[in-house]
Amino acid sequence: MITLIPENCNACRQCTYACLYGGIVLEGKTPVRTDSCTGCDACIDICKTGAIVSSGQNIRLGHDIAEYKGVWVIAEQRQGHILPVALELLGKARELADIRETGVTAVLLGDGVDKSGDLLIKHGADRVFIASAPFLGSYRTSPFVRIISGVIKEHRPEIVLFGATAMGRDLAPRLANSLRTGLTADCTQLEMSADDGVLLQTKPAFGGNIMAAITAANHRPQMATVRPGVMQPVCSPSRKGDTVFLDVREEHSDTIVSILKTVKKKQSRATLEKADIIISGGRGLGDSKGFKLLKDLAAVFSGQIGASRAAVDMGLIDHDHQVGQTGRTVRPCLYIACGISGAVQHLAGMQSSDIIVAINKDPKAPIFQVADFGLVGDLNRIIPEIIEQLK
Amino acid sequence: MKGLKIIVAVKQVPGTDEVRTDPKTNSLIRQGVPGILNPEDRNAVEAALCLKEKHGAAVTALTMGPPEAGDVLEEVFAMGVDKGILLTDMAFAGSDTLITAFILSRAIIKSGRFDLILCGRHAIDGETAQVGPQIAGFMDLPQVTYAEEIVLEKGFITVRRDLEDCQEWVKVKLPAVVTVTSRINRPRYPSLYNVQTACDGSLLTTWGAEDLKVPASMLGLDASPTVIKKIFEPDHKKRGEIIPGDEKEMAASLIEKLKGVNVI
Ligand SMILES: Cc1cc2nc3c(=O)[nH]c(=O)nc-3n(C[C@H](O)[C@H](O)[C@H](O)COP(=O)(O)OP(=O)(O)OC[C@H]3O[C@@H](n4cnc5c(N)ncnc54)[C@H](O)[C@@H]3O)c2cc1C
Repeated sequence: MITLIPENCNACRQCTYACLYGGIVLEGKTPVRTDSCTGCDACIDICKTGAIVSSGQNIRLGHDIAEYKGVWVIAEQRQGHILPVALELLGKARELADIRETGVTAVLLGDGVDKSGDLLIKHGADRVFIASAPFLGSYRTSPFVRIISGVIKEHRPEIVLFGATAMGRDLAPRLANSLRTGLTADCTQLEMSADDGVLLQTKPAFGGNIMAAITAANHRPQMATVRPGVMQPVCSPSRKGDTVFLDVREEHSDTIVSILKTVKKKQSRATLEKADIIISGGRGLGDSKGFKLLKDLAAVFSGQIGASRAAVDMGLIDHDHQVGQTGRTVRPCLYIACGISGAVQHLAGMQSSDIIVAINKDPKAPIFQVADFGLVGDLNRIIPEIIEQLK
Repeated sequence: MKGLKIIVAVKQVPGTDEVRTDPKTNSLIRQGVPGILNPEDRNAVEAALCLKEKHGAAVTALTMGPPEAGDVLEEVFAMGVDKGILLTDMAFAGSDTLITAFILSRAIIKSGRFDLILCGRHAIDGETAQVGPQIAGFMDLPQVTYAEEIVLEKGFITVRRDLEDCQEWVKVKLPAVVTVTSRINRPRYPSLYNVQTACDGSLLTTWGAEDLKVPASMLGLDASPTVIKKIFEPDHKKRGEIIPGDEKEMAASLIEKLKGVNVI
């Protein structure tokens, strides 16, 4: 266990970096031991000015995981609109919280989002923390980490979920660091153990070839990011809940990274995740003639166009349409895969579609293993026939 | 600004996506799978070397792993990296992203003054994209992720970030941590001249837990919050039927079946 001699401190911060647990912090120029100190004495060696000395005792404090309760979702918005992934996460959070007989909390930071609590409550939140201020309009790491880690430290949730979006994957690791807890990226499955509250988090690795099931049994909160399109939202319009407004102010450290400008990409992207029907094509399309067939098929189904990576690499279509591990995760009512072999990386993005149809001339193509209806044959002959009969 | 000092954190990863698991032991089959430099880490090295060429800089590559991981340092020396630090110690084994970032940050602090820390956005094995931000967290530094361009000017960098629906330009004062995507550049090939200088071993420093003055209780599997319970190959269950007939019959019965389940 350490004893602090603040007069000797030159505020070099080395001790705060040396501590894995956040057990020592600098308040102004004074070192302070926090509740997270485990008494491991690692900071003593680092301190060159004699401000930290050993008190001879060795006790382990650590934190009591039983104090952590509730399932939280960090909700993401753009220009004040809640992203669908936030509602999907709430659907999952509700399920996990019901198993643990606890509540769901959503946290929303943004500008002009005062009225968004209702939507989050209808999708499963019992309580919504909202911080609404102009400086939170665009995501920046510093203020978001500061504010969210503040509420997490105060309320101690058992689980915190984030979308595996650019924001979520920037924010979550930094928060996990500030809370010194575990984080699992890009989960496709979350299962709760009812008695001890341990969350089994399953994620793909090695481009989807391997799945890993991960836990952080001795740490709280347990944190995970989940890709858009993986979980399902549940809306009950009559749900009630509380909205709590956080009092927030911009601090000097928030401006350490300043946003100079943003330029929107041309918008074809987001729509695929929302599509009810996706007609997807792969290398088997052959060339632009095959691609024209795919477009015609999409037209008679009023579906959106998806693609395998091979089709994208062949230049048949833009990467924004790619489905799979390094593309989009989709879950339409109907997914028709034409000339796609069904590599694991492709399956990773579409296998939870409600109905999957595969058209492929190779009866051994793995896509048939996930298809509800398989048509073995040449797509150049089958697709025109389907179009003809549907017209 | 004094001579620019850049640190690049790199990782050796299994060299193929065709990794398989051993169903008996539930572990990865690593045998026969060559280790390679993680692709986006190569982009990070290239980004550092471009800054070096433009502004003058000392570039140090840092890697943690088993002794063989030193191979990736040889490779980046051949690209033009000036110094390499290999962090290897049995005590590091099993570290998750939090502990890995902790160890890397301790080594960065020990290595002296620096201006910029570069990392690849993510590694192709675990695909977490967590280590960069976690290093920034341990060192209390600003972080910029998803970089596809870095421009240095008077102690500041301007970074173009590639986000889902937009590109974002941000400005940050150094020191800072930046993670780069594969869109940032096309990495150069190793050069023979560099290969020769790289071979004499003088560029490489090796550190273990004792050099970093970190107690074993803060390292490796035991200190790591996350634990891999199980790894397995995804199971794609067979669920459907093959529709028989010629094209006409297949098309007709497909349409009928889709109507039957109310999707059209
Ligand atoms: C790290 C990593 C990430 C990846 N991410 C993705 C991803 O996000 N999405 C993705 O899709 N892929 C991804 N891939 C690539 C993936 O492994 C496959 O290479 C890709 O999905 C193959 O595309 P395909 O099925 O169109 O082509 P192929 O595998 O070449 O299959 C073409 C199929 O078309 C059939 N065919 C040919 N002609 C006809 C015809 N006339 N009529 C009917 N059928 C015909 C063939 O029988 C064959 O089955 C990734 C790979 C890696 C290594």
